Amino acid sequence: MLEVENVVTRYGAIEALKGVSITVERGEIVTIIGANGAGKSTLLMTICGSPRAASGRIRFDGRDITEMATYDIVRLGISQAPEGRRIFPRMTVLENLMMGAVPTDGAHFEEDLAKVFELFPRLKERQSQRGGTLSGGEQQMLCIGRALMARPRMLLMDEPSLGIAPILVRQIFEAIVAINRERGLPILLVEQNAYQALKIAHRGYVLAGGRVVMRGTGRELLADPEVRAAYLEGGH
Amino acid sequence: MTTALRASAAPSTASGIGPQLKDAGLAALVAAVLLAPILGMETTPGPDGRLTLAFHFDLVAIGVVLVFLGRLALALFLRGRPPVRAREGGAVSAFVSRNAAWFGLAGLAFAIALPLLPFSSRYVIDVATTVVIYVMLGWGLNIVVGLAGLLDLGYVAFYAVGAYSYALFAQWFGFGFWMCLPIAGLLAATAGVLLGFPVLRLRGDYLAIVTLGFGEIIRLVLVNWYEVTGGPNGIADIPRPSFFGFPFTRNPAEGETAFHQLFGLEFSTLHRVIFLYYLALALALVTNLFVLRIRKLPIGRAWEALREDEIACKALGINPTNTKLTAFALGAMFGGFAGSFFATRQGFISPESFTFIESAIILAIVVLGGMGSQIGVVLAATVIVLLPELSRELETYRMLFFGAAMVLIMIWRPRGLLAHREPTLRLGTATGATSLSARGGGP
Repeated sequence: MLEVENVVTRYGAIEALKGVSITVERGEIVTIIGANGAGKSTLLMTICGSPRAASGRIRFDGRDITEMATYDIVRLGISQAPEGRRIFPRMTVLENLMMGAVPTDGAHFEEDLAKVFELFPRLKERQSQRGGTLSGGEQQMLCIGRALMARPRMLLMDEPSLGIAPILVRQIFEAIVAINRERGLPILLVEQNAYQALKIAHRGYVLAGGRVVMRGTGRELLADPEVRAAYLEGGH
Repeated sequence: MTTALRASAAPSTASGIGPQLKDAGLAALVAAVLLAPILGMETTPGPDGRLTLAFHFDLVAIGVVLVFLGRLALALFLRGRPPVRAREGGAVSAFVSRNAAWFGLAGLAFAIALPLLPFSSRYVIDVATTVVIYVMLGWGLNIVVGLAGLLDLGYVAFYAVGAYSYALFAQWFGFGFWMCLPIAGLLAATAGVLLGFPVLRLRGDYLAIVTLGFGEIIRLVLVNWYEVTGGPNGIADIPRPSFFGFPFTRNPAEGETAFHQLFGLEFSTLHRVIFLYYLALALALVTNLFVLRIRKLPIGRAWEALREDEIACKALGINPTNTKLTAFALGAMFGGFAGSFFATRQGFISPESFTFIESAIILAIVVLGGMGSQIGVVLAATVIVLLPELSRELETYRMLFFGAAMVLIMIWRPRGLLAHREPTLRLGTATGATSLSARGGGP
């Protein structure tokens, strides 16, 4: 469904991605793990069109989106829960969710809202609270909920477990699995928390120095001694 | 044990005044350096016409002592208090915002009744009209600065475009006020888009500098494009407004009916003043209704979201280019309307009315009111227009008083008079999709 083909991304003279190819098929959770600076976030951002790929192609549903503007890519059906959550701090939970519904022009707002509240009952309790007053975990729920309000056909998530209390991390990962199962929504997940992320993944890629250095099913990668040594030992 | 106690108790008593003394000493030193040439030396022409220098070190000493004591008193007063933090409004502003509809209606009732009240002289109505114009300008700029978060230091440019378009269309084509009003709005909005394009990628300080430049460019064009704008001489004899075709004149031209004849009243120059007041009020109300309504529409929410986080907006499918341009265009449009009104009220305009200080005052109204707060703008505009008026007796100290009052307000309420932001959307008050857009506060 999503094909990233030999993509190179540069920040000035620095090559952050040196020819990365990955695919995400319908209904899959795909996890990308890697150390800091391996290019994980850059890959997600490049798929979203900011920054643009310097070379290579990105196709979504057979359509070339390499040169498209970020906001148009979202309207095609690729939603993202961006790094650092980026919720609107002065707006209420409800208003934040409404902003997520922009690509659908609010057509199914109430229905979609009910689904998000079912997934994260906490958000329903906090609906009139301002976004900036939520805890980190609640903000992450809001961030995912907001992305779902766009009725996406694919969800990209950047470090959903970053800076969140361990008990909430579990909840977030359970929610990711639930979203994937119930809606059949393909999810591309970038994570430092490699153990949890690979456990729920159908497939995974290991990124190092801007290149894919390993690929396999979630289980294969979890069992791989090199992956264990580099990303899992002392982790989880 | 006892020594430890004594040690820990000591700083809060005897030596506790040390930092404050040092601070006051520093302030006194600065005062001494400043006061020595300002107060301490005076040149007077001697009998032979040559300047002689006289020293007044007694004055300097008094000043330095006053500064020292004042600074010490302030420091001691503030000691142990937490530093003033920028709060999200207080209980008062939350209360006002929640009951905005009632405060708005009360204010509106007062505004409508004002010309009929016993104390309403021509002067009072004139000042009230000025307040209303600034309220309207504040509401217009609020779209750009308060909602969309784009710092605009050149707002007066749109005010000028509106004023000159009315003056020129009236002078050259004989258009009336009501015909010129939409034209002025349209031209100002176009100017807004023109300004918007080059600044799309800029934020914060950089944006402010470019808008400042834009305001100056418009003013310089008005000064130098002599053939069209009359240059520094401005445009005189701008047609005064008529009451829907009935002029406010004592002796109307042949075949015309004047306002006072129409209603069988004694002729009074006050009629026009009152009519202008209501005209300004009506324009301001239109602005307010528009802003209140649009805040709850997707574009209004997109402005606020853009103010909060532009990257998140892009990630949610919002086109920041269009969002910013509409904010600039609509904000400018209301500036243009206000400009048209200004021209017809004054009957004479020149570039001098559209200097940077006007932009600064309008921006001060928005910031002082609490960015994005509609009622806050009314309060702030009233304060800013009335303060210099009320302090006329202070004469030369008037602007000093004005400045001090603004500084005090910002210390007392760092986020503006009414900083509370009322949500645009609530569930549970009613069911159905209509409740999503219809719910919300008043002006």
